[in-house]
Amino acid sequence: MARIMTLKEAVAELVRDGDKVAMEGFTHLIPYAAGHEVIRQQRKGLTIIRMTPDILYDQLIGMGCVDKLVFSWGGNPGVGSLHRLRDAVEKQWPKPLALEEHSHAAMANAYEAGAAGLPCAIFRGYRGADLAKVNENIKSVTCPFTGEKLAAVPSIRPDVAIIHANRADRQGNVLIEGIVGVQKEAVLAAERSIVTVEEIVDDLAPPSPNSCVLPSWTVSAVVEVPGGAHPSYVQGRYPRDNAFYKAWDPIARDRDAFKAWMQENVMEKGPEAFAAYAGERA
Amino acid sequence: MMDYTSTEMMTIAAARALANDDVCFVGIGMPSAACNLARLTHAPDITLIYESGTIGTRPEVLPLSIGDGELCETALTTVAVPEMFRYWLQGGRITVGFLGGAEIDRYGNINSTVIGDYDNPKVRLPGGGGAPEIATSCGQIFVVMKQGKRSFVDKLSFRTSLGHGEGHNSREKLGVTTKGPNMIVTDLCIMRPEPETKEFQVVSIHPGATREEIIEATGWDVQFADKVEETLPPSAHELEALRALNARTAAAHGEQA
Repeated sequence: MARIMTLKEAVAELVRDGDKVAMEGFTHLIPYAAGHEVIRQQRKGLTIIRMTPDILYDQLIGMGCVDKLVFSWGGNPGVGSLHRLRDAVEKQWPKPLALEEHSHAAMANAYEAGAAGLPCAIFRGYRGADLAKVNENIKSVTCPFTGEKLAAVPSIRPDVAIIHANRADRQGNVLIEGIVGVQKEAVLAAERSIVTVEEIVDDLAPPSPNSCVLPSWTVSAVVEVPGGAHPSYVQGRYPRDNAFYKAWDPIARDRDAFKAWMQENVMEKGPEAFAAYAGERA
Repeated sequence: MMDYTSTEMMTIAAARALANDDVCFVGIGMPSAACNLARLTHAPDITLIYESGTIGTRPEVLPLSIGDGELCETALTTVAVPEMFRYWLQGGRITVGFLGGAEIDRYGNINSTVIGDYDNPKVRLPGGGGAPEIATSCGQIFVVMKQGKRSFVDKLSFRTSLGHGEGHNSREKLGVTTKGPNMIVTDLCIMRPEPETKEFQVVSIHPGATREEIIEATGWDVQFADKVEETLPPSAHELEALRALNARTAAAHGEQA
């Protein structure tokens, strides 16, 4: 059964130095508040995994929490580069960053294989692509029935998955709506998980029998953090703060501007600061 | 005739290549503008799919990211990302994929990963995202890119996604059965692969652009087809639809239109 916890408690207990951590969210429902708590608690030596690392991973990398990034597209969508990621790769600041780079198809398949308890994912991919030459985790298998050569990558099995969701009930059952990304797969593939939600309600009231629901017993901790996805968004609650994504670019370009921003907006703040972005309750 | 920019010409020329019955895998930026322009003009029933899982989406404004709420709210349905890549892309249900990148070569191979050495790059780019499998699983690929010597190169730093490989039947030899890149639209011209060698050659030049400009903006010894046409200039209808879309988008993203 999931335990209802504070964010500080959940991160202190469930995220450990050196862990493989997947903070997922495909543009939508990115767990910013939880990621900031990981930074505040100064976790070190993390391997962070995500298909589309954006500003949150830029912040974790720039603050020195990360040894390795597993990813398939690392940028500020519609804006440009992640400057902290680039600085780490190109100039080893604040420390060297190891990369394990895949395609989206590979990562999506690898999460699904992780959730399915398989050792690897098999798919039709990477044909004629150079990533297979620089990533030793990209291999191939031959179909025993047709002889077709297919790509294989190890399944993703994080130590801990962290996601943000629309709501949970008091038993800790979680509802995810809108662009659901790979969050369900990430939680089911992980050893432990933290789910922050906009609100905890008496009745989960999933809108359809086929709604995307994580049963309480598949989740370690549920934490109520209204606004916890900002500057990402929550369908039906608050929109993506596209202006912030654009404003991030000059902040992240400069090491000192970045450090000052993180000090003021992350190190000296807590998850309650996100409530300002939560909008009207439905 | 109305005045227009070379970027508008590029977007409109790309939009024209899409058909009403296409199922199109849309990338962010220029491809997104071209695909939605097609939907708002000659191809109202086109199916637009974004890799965030939204199928049959009809956004009023262009998304800044691949997963803006607008895409989900206006979609026929939204599926999980593993399903998107397995059932829809790998399953062979997409007729056209739209790609861009930092570098492209004469065979339509694209680099969006690094400039320089992979392990010690001069510039670390965002990476391929969905491109490696989009390039091989969609029925055909259209590319939209501004043309310049630094982007249209003789040799890629890194091959993120397969075009026609080393030319001729390279794709077939790799077990790839789809058509691959079939058109490159730039701000100067339209290129198509030569049927035998699969090297891209200029088939249409936009009004006002010249052969010399195109040669100057290409890092390889660019070839021209025997018969080179002049691209039809944007119609008033196309320009109005594109400008209205861009104005709505700017207003929605909190900018001056």
